[in-house]
Amino acid sequence: MQYTFIALVENKPGVLNRVASLFRRRNFNIESLAVGKTENPEVSRMTVVVGCPNGEVDAHKLEANLYKLVNVIDVQDVTHQPSVTRDLALIKVKVRPERRGEVNGLADIFRARIVDVAADSVIIEITGTEDKIEGMIELLRPIGIVEMVRTGQVSMTRGVNDGVRRVPGVNGNRYQEDFESLKMTP
Amino acid sequence: MKKAGAEILWECLVREGVEVVFGYPGGANMPIYDAMLNYPVHHVLVRHEQGAAHMADGYARASGRVGVAMATSGPGATNLVTGIATAMMDSSPVVFITGQVAAHLIGGDAFQEVDVTGITLPITKHNYLVTRADEIAEVVREAFYIAHSGRPGPVLIDICKNAQIELTEFIYPEDVKLPGYQPVDHAPKDSLECAVTLIEKAQRPVILCGHGVLISNAEEALMQFAVKTQTPVASTLLGLGAFPASHPLSLGMMGMHGEVHTNLAIQNSDLILAFGMRFDDRVTGNLKSYAPRAKKIHVEIDPSEIHKNVAADVPLVGDLKTVLTDLVPIVDEYDHDVWLKQINEWKTEADTRSIMNWPNDDKLYVPHLISDIWKATGGGAIITTDVGQHQMWAAQYYALDKPNRWITSGGAGTMGFGLPSAIGAWFANKDQEIWAIAGDGGFQMTAAELTTAIQEGANVKVAIMNNNFLGMVRQWQEFFFEKRYSAVDMLTPDFVKLAEAHQVPARLVTKREEVDDAIEWARKTQGPIVIEFRVEREDGVYPMVPTGASLDQMIQRPARVEG
Repeated sequence: MQYTFIALVENKPGVLNRVASLFRRRNFNIESLAVGKTENPEVSRMTVVVGCPNGEVDAHKLEANLYKLVNVIDVQDVTHQPSVTRDLALIKVKVRPERRGEVNGLADIFRARIVDVAADSVIIEITGTEDKIEGMIELLRPIGIVEMVRTGQVSMTRGVNDGVRRVPGVNGNRYQEDFESLKMTP
Repeated sequence: MKKAGAEILWECLVREGVEVVFGYPGGANMPIYDAMLNYPVHHVLVRHEQGAAHMADGYARASGRVGVAMATSGPGATNLVTGIATAMMDSSPVVFITGQVAAHLIGGDAFQEVDVTGITLPITKHNYLVTRADEIAEVVREAFYIAHSGRPGPVLIDICKNAQIELTEFIYPEDVKLPGYQPVDHAPKDSLECAVTLIEKAQRPVILCGHGVLISNAEEALMQFAVKTQTPVASTLLGLGAFPASHPLSLGMMGMHGEVHTNLAIQNSDLILAFGMRFDDRVTGNLKSYAPRAKKIHVEIDPSEIHKNVAADVPLVGDLKTVLTDLVPIVDEYDHDVWLKQINEWKTEADTRSIMNWPNDDKLYVPHLISDIWKATGGGAIITTDVGQHQMWAAQYYALDKPNRWITSGGAGTMGFGLPSAIGAWFANKDQEIWAIAGDGGFQMTAAELTTAIQEGANVKVAIMNNNFLGMVRQWQEFFFEKRYSAVDMLTPDFVKLAEAHQVPARLVTKREEVDDAIEWARKTQGPIVIEFRVEREDGVYPMVPTGASLDQMIQRPARVEG
């Protein structure tokens, strides 16, 4: 079973290495990991998709271990929460001018865009859920994929929904309290 | 006024209350060693950086304060690694300060450059690479705070040489700003109530007392709780001394070499109260059959220990002393007479096999020697050990009634820990009698620290239990590898001559009747001494739970065949 976590970490050198090293050390398998800045320049946000063969037990273990890292501020599990998840892919397809229309049509159906056109290839940019991107790749494969790059999944919960925080009493809960008090103020 | 980074470092160390550091100078930390001369800090020059790490660790465990060890870059730093891992596994608060090549050289494979923060990432609670002088004050402040708060652990600061030399304005940070580090204190009230319900229902409860009891100074609260609820207390290796061994509710050590009645009590219990311990495999035996009928209440400050090995029915995350203090007033008084009587029956049965009841056959057995040292010192000495058979025997037969007297490498199982940790413990408490119990194998790993001991006048008594074997490995080969002894037969040096070459007085003991006299001589002699005991070669530590076996499947000491 794959779980998706959102982790807020201090934006400092080496933090990504600490997180990645923790997954290795505690024997977790990362499926995807996306990192970027947030609205706060001192905080980075990670979306981690990770295999948890023992389900909830592993999810707890992972969350608790992430908190052992001094630079990790907050961890929430959004696996079962209503949330928006996106992945972005750039796919270079080998295609001669006469078949470009076919590729263009496919891109339209998937709401993808052609962002570069060369003599015998095009680059398609597609964003969406993993499923959608996989679907498009399947259809492009027979035409001829030359190369491909994906960002890995990023997630955000919908509305006021919050992820699950299993680890009692540590930062996660503190953050939740802060969040609650924010909502209370008119 | 501007100060050099190295001066700022010492300024901060002094403000943290550091009085002694253990270390070794080298190219990349020379500015630190130069600046040190102007500060009221005693430096202990070790003979190998591993010794510095263990000394700082021993100092920390004996004093409850943060220990400090220093080394230069490259090999100096890598020699610390075993000691860092040892401190990590046993939650010991030590700050390690290493020199690093100048920042502009990093990544260029400069002379004595090693990626120390990379190497120590998984074996430190946190670590820092400092490239500028103006980072030092903040980093040192944070490092000490992180090392001793929450679940303590080692923190490493790797300081580039340029940062040691550069001048900068010294601003001492009043507060630490760590948004991601907030150790918890109190456990939530509703969880406490769940725990009380389980305690109320229990007929056969057992307390598992771990290192956390000592770290959080919860001995008093534990005593109140145990007495009020009449719950027997079993101890982990590192929890020894937290609950007095002579107390009627004390069950002694649990686990692989735990007492028979202790392990039987755990296996037959209906409620386990795990206080500041982590269900190590040496404690649980086979997890599938561990305490199968027991509910588990797990009190731990580190949430990642909850459900790690044993699922908890009621997890209480918080500082143990706080949680127990909250718990004591809300539990009722109980008596568990039937249960305690049952445990006592198991104990009486097991006692008949005890080696302490053997008649004198003029051979030296380590359990007897430990017991003799215990008698001579009134059970009040600080005991440090190496790792192996003698360590288990010391745990079994040096019955501790007082806390913070027992310094051993539990989690990491680091041989060579005994002598240097004893020297460190001496710096923490110079009035305390200190005995380092070592095996012939482990002692040789850090024997060079004998000169450190004599140079510092460290009043530590070293008892080497010499069986010319790597005894614990030999015992496993005897039990589980059909007695095929592989690489365990060990030629040892003449330890008396070795000690004397280090200017340390020493004695050899080969007979029973020499034992008491030698121990008295050791106690009377000021400064370090060594006694080599030539002990029975092929004795085993009993009882023993084989790896992977259930906790109640113990190999017991074979009954004595007379004649």
